[in-house]
Amino acid sequence: MDNLDRSILNRIQKGFPITSRPYLEVASQLGISEDEVIERIKGLKKTGVIRRLGGIFDSRKLGYKSTLCAIKVPEERIEEVAEIINHHLGVTHNYLRNHPYNMWFTYIAPSDEVLMNALHQIKKETKIDDLIHLPATNFFKINVNFHLKEDA
Amino acid sequence: MVLTEIDKKIIRILQEDFPLSPNPYQDLAKKLEIEETFLLKRIEFFIDDGIIRRFGAAVKHREIGYEANAMVVWQVEDTRTKEVGKIMAGFEEVSHCYERPTYPQWQYNLFTMVHGKSKEECEEIAKKIAHSVGVWDYRLLYSSQEFKKTSMRYFCE
Repeated sequence: MDNLDRSILNRIQKGFPITSRPYLEVASQLGISEDEVIERIKGLKKTGVIRRLGGIFDSRKLGYKSTLCAIKVPEERIEEVAEIINHHLGVTHNYLRNHPYNMWFTYIAPSDEVLMNALHQIKKETKIDDLIHLPATNFFKINVNFHLKEDA
Repeated sequence: MVLTEIDKKIIRILQEDFPLSPNPYQDLAKKLEIEETFLLKRIEFFIDDGIIRRFGAAVKHREIGYEANAMVVWQVEDTRTKEVGKIMAGFEEVSHCYERPTYPQWQYNLFTMVHGKSKEECEEIAKKIAHSVGVWDYRLLYSSQEFKKTSMRYFCE
């Protein structure tokens, strides 16, 4: 990744142009060609720097309910339980963390009822009852935007 | 706000990979059988309304040098959560800051995601935050394994 890649990333992480020729707009701001912008973005996607290009939606605004859950999984069952949990489409993130509650996952569902049923289902499928349900009650910051230094 | 069927179609298509062609919106509009100008207006409305939180590239932070990310959990007095949450949100190293419920077996009520180049840097950041809010009961939970990380697909059930 070079400086131009960093400039492009800084420009397109937020406020991607909503105009007929968005790549041309980015290109003219950076003083390069539209083709080069497109090729660079293709490259950044290929190497995995860009996970996805598109819209990130606010689940609450769309009427969806989301939560964070932590579950206590015995060491020898980690892979198996991760697979059971990941199988649910509403699970968007799932990580192993350094705590007795070692598996942390997020669940997004179209309603509270669907959400609670899904968590119940997960307890049943994993045969683990020790699950804490931590839906956010106050949102102070939701922002995943990384500024990349362009001098390196 | 009630979303129309065409709104839902637009939302569905914007969750897919955005076209890397010179006229990406025109390409999407054609697929949706709507006018490009209508599509552009709806996207702008979704952004203004907050339905679209961010429009652009989602970057893998590990790939851009943020090797360590810690979920820092804090035990804050109930009467102070709003004040403390706002201060924590002001740190640029903090990407997310939420209040969550407590249980007898789980007493931490504020959650911050902290990003650094190393675990040591995350610890330094947490210490700096602790000093600024005067909260000393906290833990850094690192992810040792990522089992899943995807974007939610809305209106696809």
